[in-house]
This record gives sequence, structure tokens and C-alpha cells, in this order.
Amino acid sequence: MSKTITIDGSTIPFEDGQTIMEAATAASVYIPHLCHHPEYTPHGSCKLCTVKVNGRICSACTFPAIEGQDVLNNTKELTDDRQRITQMLFVEGNHLCPGCEKTGSCQLQAVAYHLNMLDNHFPLFYPKREVDASHPDVMIDHNRCIFCTLCVRASQEKDSKDVFAISGRGINKHLIVNAQSGLLKDTDLEATDHAAHICPTGAILIKRTGYQVPIGERIYDHEQIDQVSLAASGSRPIAALPPSLAVETEHHQHGE
Amino acid sequence: MKQFVQDLAKTNHFQATHLLHILRGVQSRYHYIPEQAIEQIADLLSISRTHIIGVVEFYSFFHLTPRGQYELYISDSITDHMLGKQSLTGYLSEKLHVGVGEVRQDGLVSLDNTSCTGMCDQGPAGLVNGYALTRLDRPRIDRITDLINQQTPLDQWPREFFKVDDNVIKPGLLLSQPIIQGSALQATFKRGLKETLTEIDISGLRGRGGAGYNTGWKCHLCYEGPEEDAFCDVATQNLPQRYVICNADEGEPGTFKDRVLLNSYAHQVFEGMTLCAAIIGAEQGFLYLRGEYLHLYEKLKSILEERRLAGLLGKNILNEGFNFDIEICLGAGAYICGEESALIESLEGKMGIPRNRPPYPVTHGYLGKPTVVNNVETFMAAANIAINGGDGFASIGTEKSKGTKILSICGDCSRPGIYEYPFGTSIQSVLNDCGASDVLGVQIGGPSGTFISNEEFDRQLAYEDLATGGSFIVFNNSRNILDIVNNFTHFFAHESCGFCTPCRVGTSLLKKQLDKIIEGHGSAGDVIALEEICQLVKNHSHCGLGQTAANPVLTTLARYPELYQSRLKKISYEPGFNLDGALETARRLAKRSDAGAHLAQVDYMDVEGRAAQGAVAEEEDS
Repeated sequence: MSKTITIDGSTIPFEDGQTIMEAATAASVYIPHLCHHPEYTPHGSCKLCTVKVNGRICSACTFPAIEGQDVLNNTKELTDDRQRITQMLFVEGNHLCPGCEKTGSCQLQAVAYHLNMLDNHFPLFYPKREVDASHPDVMIDHNRCIFCTLCVRASQEKDSKDVFAISGRGINKHLIVNAQSGLLKDTDLEATDHAAHICPTGAILIKRTGYQVPIGERIYDHEQIDQVSLAASGSRPIAALPPSLAVETEHHQHGE
Repeated sequence: MKQFVQDLAKTNHFQATHLLHILRGVQSRYHYIPEQAIEQIADLLSISRTHIIGVVEFYSFFHLTPRGQYELYISDSITDHMLGKQSLTGYLSEKLHVGVGEVRQDGLVSLDNTSCTGMCDQGPAGLVNGYALTRLDRPRIDRITDLINQQTPLDQWPREFFKVDDNVIKPGLLLSQPIIQGSALQATFKRGLKETLTEIDISGLRGRGGAGYNTGWKCHLCYEGPEEDAFCDVATQNLPQRYVICNADEGEPGTFKDRVLLNSYAHQVFEGMTLCAAIIGAEQGFLYLRGEYLHLYEKLKSILEERRLAGLLGKNILNEGFNFDIEICLGAGAYICGEESALIESLEGKMGIPRNRPPYPVTHGYLGKPTVVNNVETFMAAANIAINGGDGFASIGTEKSKGTKILSICGDCSRPGIYEYPFGTSIQSVLNDCGASDVLGVQIGGPSGTFISNEEFDRQLAYEDLATGGSFIVFNNSRNILDIVNNFTHFFAHESCGFCTPCRVGTSLLKKQLDKIIEGHGSAGDVIALEEICQLVKNHSHCGLGQTAANPVLTTLARYPELYQSRLKKISYEPGFNLDGALETARRLAKRSDAGAHLAQVDYMDVEGRAAQGAVAEEEDS
């Protein structure tokens, strides 16, 4: 007999060592997330995957699945709060979707649509942030960084490098790169690195590829993030995606 | 510099876990962390420069750009404000010709605010090159200005500037009977380790930092490991290394009892740590001392040395074949490091970011090994229990809160200082003892605790009623509640580690929204919006900091809703910023100041249906 938990009343099997997120994904249950990626060590910082476990609020991406847990995921209360948390991410940075080349393929934008976010709700912070275009092939637009650390983890865990780090405290947090000059061009980052392709927003971009996929044919233009995310995690075939987009899903292998 | 950094790294055995020690050394010598030092340390410790930069930018007392040769900080606690901190800082800034947050042009002195330095009973307080300054007043500031301008070394400054008093006013069970050195350890070995743990169980001792986790259980869990833990790696669990950590990162504004315990009862604290180590089988312990208590560092080190010589620490303690030693680690200005998993990260030489849990420190703590983290007072109580047994301790207090609690009382009272009470004592009797009159309310447990009004003084000190890590701040009727809430809310925004979205962004939103209301720019709906942010921060934050950051607003909003409402304008909407103020640059550039170059904040119909023309002037008058 396999062990089970319930998510919104449905019984879901899990294996020892799995997090609630992993168990949910394997059972085709989408839990919104941004800092989580199935291939990397869970971080638990964006708090979008907040679920209620036996009445207690937990992060699904880090909390272990334990026999008999009663998990609430898709409730109005949680969806409302997730929308607010997403709005927080929007107002603390400078996220101007219409002018961003990641629009349509941006997970932050897609999650916002999924959660029916229609405005910023909170006052905008308008922080003054820089753009680092020093690298020949990759650029960082700090205005769009949400501190998910996926680039940090990808560089360390997949590329065996240590290009990125998050520095600073509180609202002054910022992404830094491993070069004495502080510039991306002086790091050992290459455009083929996993870290260069993992950014869920438009903060790290590959140069000269911005509009190769036309608007209207991008990842989230015809499908919501829940479908794309589950498909990418192997819970559902990717067939629904046009071949040109298959490499740009959340789960994609870069450099192909 | 090269030699200096090399020697410093060598003294610290080139250990990455000692990064904070090394950076403290560099900051103290050069008054910033130069780029060359970062490169060299990265090389010597085999860590990345980004790791070092991350740590430097995380802790308030480290800087990437030069500070003054005299680094001055003024404590920004509400109690310092009540003692006239604001005007004193202005005076100091004027005398020294240096702005707050700035370095003087000649590089001699820098001035900045810092979170509560734990001198609330003898403020206004500050720090100079890490050392605590107490009882600041204008004559003292005049003198300090001269000393700085004459570049007098700190060791030639008048000693009384650095004098820190204990102010123990009402000793109780623990404070009135200091133990004889070694007696708690002797009693422990005589009774037996398991039997002593049983006494701690019987005593019902709970963590004195405020959260109140059962101390005995912690030891059991650390020793035995949890029965079932999905994340627990059994292979690691069986390794013998276990650690004992004493949390002396007393950062909650208004708390200063650990400072007194470490100044005058350190042997008993170390003894509590040592017997805990004997029980769980740890060989290494740490005292994580907040950077603000640098003045205690040398003294505590010599007490440790004294204990080694007396056979109470080190190899073969009391000839029982038990080895245990304690190292002191200084923090560098980060409130979050009082959270036990953030403290462990900091001890490992990293940014103080709370870990994801489970697993918990009792099974996966320092370097991933089982670790017991307790408050200073908890270890002190454990030593007492080891000598006297658990029954006597358990006979004091309430059903759920056994023993006594040491309070640090400050604010509007005639006798601020250290008081020890049995749990269950009413707030009124505490107020009577400390000489508080005309009381408006009391902040219990610091900003992260609860504000109670003067109609609740029959409530009790107890985990089940009013829990506190020791902070007890009294406010009289001359105080403005919103000023207090404002100070606390800014404190949390400043101290948020920034790891999770709800706290990183939420505490800043909370600060902005509260500022908007307090500054009179709030309108209908703004208090509801404030409350909404509070709930988000409270419910969704990663750790205790965020989960309690909204308490100042929530606890006062529940008690004084009219106070918040009275600040609102009688219009349905008010822009979140000053429209006319935003035009200032444009006016300056266009050299205009005529009426057409100004903009009214509101020029539409207000809720009462009257034209709001001139509403700005009207409202500002009210």
C-alpha cells in the first residue's frame, strides 16, 4: 500500500522523501510557484506555493509529504493571497510587461494571469536598478529580478560554476555576479549555461534572441502556466505545444 | 594589509565558518572591507567572493565603502527616542559636522542609526567602533566631539562613557542565589546524566527566548533523534558530533537581561551549557554574542579560560572523561540572527537567513549535525535545576509556565532595570514595583510581542497569556501610540532578511502604508488596506520575524481603532504621494513659483459631496 495525502479532497499517493509539491506534480495537481524548479534544490522563498497543511500554512516546495496530511491548495483564500504575493513581486521591481522581450514566455506574468491579477494593488516602489549588458551574449536587467535564486542554483548545481549570488538584506536584496569588476562579462558565464536560461522572468536574457518567437506564439500565449508546468514535469505530454516552443518550457534544455 | 589579512585568516584556521570573525577584524582595522581583502579572504578560505560580499552586505556593521575611523552609531530603539535620542542625534550631527548615514569629508568620523543596542535602562545609547556608549547627553557629546576631533584613541576616553550598569533591582529564584562554580556540573555527574535530564523534564523548563519550547524535549530530540522524520538522514544521525549553542543575540528592542546575565552570571550560563553538552553528548559549544555586546567579549573569554584551568571546561572535565569546549562568536548587527536557524547559518559564516524547516536544528543544526540552541537564561535555569532538582522549580509559576522569568524593564518608570518574577505575576504588580505611574500601556515581548492597554493590567506573565523573551517597555500617557508603532514597523522593515516575498516586500509596504496614514495622507479604505498587508505578512512569512512584524499595528489597531481612523482624511481617495511635492524639481528647473505651477492634492468631489477645493489647506490645519 502506498502512502497518501489528500489535496483539496483528492487522494494523492506519495513516496517517502517527496515534498508536497513533488507529490502534487506527479499526480497532475498544479501548485503555483516561481522559485521552485523540479530539477533544483527547493528554495522556499517566493511563497507562491503556500498551501494549508492540516490547517497550518506551509510552503509546498519544501514541506515533506507525510501520511494522512490534509492539504488545501486551490481555495479562494489561498488564491487571493497568492495573487497579493505576486503583486508584491510586481511592485518591488520594475515589471513593464509590454516593453519586455520575455512577455508571453515569462512565468511571473503567466502566474499573474493564472491568478487573475488585474492590477498592481499596492503602490509601486520604482526602485532604481541597473542593466548589465557587458557580456557579449547574455544580459541582466536587474529591474526584473525576483530573487528566486534559480540562476544561482543552476550555476552551482548544473553548470558547476558559481556565477550568481544574492546579496544585501531585506528590500535592498540584489543579484550579484562573481567578478571583481562586478560585471557579467568578467565571469565565466557562457550563453550555453543552464543558468543563462533558467530565469523565470526577463531578468537574464540571451542577446539577439528576443523576438525570434513572435508575440502570439509564445509559451503562455495559448496555454495557462498550470498546463505548461505540468506538461514540462512529465505529468502530461507536451504535444499541445508547437515544436518551436518546446525548448522554451520551464523544463527546457538550453542551447539546443 | 596583505599580512594583516593573512594573519587574521591564520588565527581563524582558514575556516570558512569563521568568516564573520575575520570580517570583524578587517572592519575594525580598516573601517570597511576593501576589495583586496575580499579577494584575499576568498582565496585563503576557498570560498567565492560573492559569498563574502553577500555576508558583508547582509550585516549592518560591515561595509563595502569606508566608514569613519570613529564609527559612531546611535541606538534607534523606541526607548532611546523617549530619552531624547532624536534631538541628541541632531546635536551630535551638528557638532561633528557629519550627517546621519554619512562619513565626514576628512574620513575621521561616520554617524548612523542602529537598531536597539540593549542599553534601554541607561540610554540614550550608542556604539563607537563597536563599543557601547551609555547615558549620552549634550555635555558628553561635546566631550566626544573633542575626543574625536583630537583623534584620541578609544582607550584614552573617559571610562565612564563606556560604563554599563547591571541595574538588578528585583532578584528572584535565579538571580538571588548564584551558584558556586562547578557545583551544577558536580551535581549532574553525581546524580547521573539521564537522571539530570529527568529533573529538567520535571522542572517543566521552557525556552526563555520567548517561543517557549520545552527544554527537556529539545535535549531528548537532539540525543535520540526524532522517531520519524522524512528528511532525516540516518547515516548522519549516528555520527557522534552534536553541538550546544547559547543564543545571546539579544536583539529584541527593550531586552537587555542577557547582557546582565553574561556580565554577572556567566559561570552559571556556561555551566548550563556544559551540563547540557554532557547530557546530549556534545563536544563543542558556541556562545553567539550579539555584536553590540562587544564590551563583554574579553571578559567572557577570560571566564572560559578560568573554567578551563579549573577543570570545568576542555579535556576530561571534572575527571569524568567528558570533553567539551565553548567558543564565543560575535554577530555583526542583524536582528534576524536571534532566530535559531539564522543564528546557525551565521555561525557557519553565512548570511543569517532562516532555514526551511523541517528538518529542525535538533536533528540538522550546525554543519547539519544535531544541535541544541537555547537562550542564555534557559541555560542559567538549567544549571539551577541541576543543583536543586526539578520539583522546586516546577512548584513556582503557573500550570503551563514553570519557574521564574527575568524581565528587562525600561521606558516610563522610575526604576528601569532587571526584575525576576514567578510566572503568573500580574502586569500591575510589575508596574507597581518599577515605579510606573500614569501608564498608557505596556509593550510586552518587544515589537514582536503585544501592546496592552491600561485596562489589561490584570493579565499575567506566562506563555499562555503574555509571553516575553524579557522585553517590558512602559509608556505613560504623554506618549503617542502611533509614534511607537511607527518606530517598531520601521525596525522590522530594516531587519527583514529579505529571503521571502511576504516579509521582504510586505514589511516595506507596511512601513509605507503606515507612514501614509500617520503623515495624514490616508483616506477611507487605507486602514483596511493596512490591515490586509498585516495579515499577508503575518500569515505567509517564512519565519518568526515576518510572522510577528505586523504585531505592533495589529495589537494597537485592535485596541485603538479610532486612533488610526482619526488620521484619515474625509475623502474617498488620496494619492499615495505628494503631488505638489513631485513638481518641485520641475518648478526649480522652470524657475516658477506661481499658482499655475502648483497642484492641489485633491480637486474632485469628496465623500461628503462638497467640492474639495482648498481641502489640502483645510485638512492640514486639522
